[in-house]
Amino acid sequence: MKWKTEDGGWSPYLAGALVGLLAIASVLATTQLLGETSYLGTSTTFVRGAGFVERMIAADHVSSNEYFTKERVRVDWQFMLVFGIFFGALIASASDRSFKLEGVPSTWGRRFGPSIGKRAVGAFMGGVVAMVGARMADGCPSGHGLSGMMQLSVSGLVALALFFGVGVLFAYFVYGRRT
Amino acid sequence: MMNTDQWLGLITGVLFGFLLQKGRVLRFDKQVGALLLKDMTILKFMLSAILVGMVGILLLSDAGIIGLSHKPMNLGAVLLGGALFGAGWAVMGFCPGTSVGALGEGRWHAVFAIVGMIVGAALYAELYPFFKLTVLAWKDLGKLGLPEAVGISQWAIVPLFWVGIIALFFWFEKKRL
Repeated sequence: MKWKTEDGGWSPYLAGALVGLLAIASVLATTQLLGETSYLGTSTTFVRGAGFVERMIAADHVSSNEYFTKERVRVDWQFMLVFGIFFGALIASASDRSFKLEGVPSTWGRRFGPSIGKRAVGAFMGGVVAMVGARMADGCPSGHGLSGMMQLSVSGLVALALFFGVGVLFAYFVYGRRT
Repeated sequence: MMNTDQWLGLITGVLFGFLLQKGRVLRFDKQVGALLLKDMTILKFMLSAILVGMVGILLLSDAGIIGLSHKPMNLGAVLLGGALFGAGWAVMGFCPGTSVGALGEGRWHAVFAIVGMIVGAALYAELYPFFKLTVLAWKDLGKLGLPEAVGISQWAIVPLFWVGIIALFFWFEKKRL
């Protein structure tokens, strides 16, 4: 097994195992320092993001909405975690020169061509559907996939199987026949 | 000024983003590559994290140092929500966490995915009262752990996961996936 990939990245087994250690440390740290155990997760932050944007236009609507009230629109631990992912990726990609401006990824381009517009519509529509699904299921590949599986949650196992199962099916129909 | 809560989140996020990028799992081509069953990088990464994390978290929970926090096994929610996520994921090519990281490493089309997900979250907030009476009201099995569900000790399940997943890793390497 190689510790480095051809483009200077780390073995996914190594980087993944380190994320496992980070998850343990994070659960310990939130319990000890904040008095409340928090597990890694990201998708609730998009609800809070939506709440902040809507507040600028219609503050009353946000305060009267049941779901925004339930999830509480605020900059919390998870919101900053999502913010941090951006900087961590920026630092890592700058450190090994893998930072690259990309508008249309190659797998997408082979199927739909070099149009930025098409990629934008696809990313947007996919994002809408995926987030409705993630909020309905109450988690994404971080919350259900990583944190749920680490705790041996039945919901994590079922959700992860569906994410991948349906994802594989859709990927086949969307890109499969020509790539 | 930021409080302890926010600082801790930020530091954890920077480390998480760093490792996600070094593992090369943020990219559209890696995410869709896994769904096309051609490049298993993201599965190797996720499953390695799960194997390591699982042991530490279950030990800490047994020692009474931390509490487990299972998400509810609400059948309609997890089945339909999971399927919708899978469908959207295949087209978007990012998940919520990796979209932000992908933007950090210059893959700027992630902006459209992020805007889409914010709109999706807003849409869900509007539809929540309807879902609460329909999909979410179907059948909730509660906060269920696998050991209770199948009636086997967690320390019998953990070795099974380790053996099964490591066998899968060897198969990935053999097939060069």
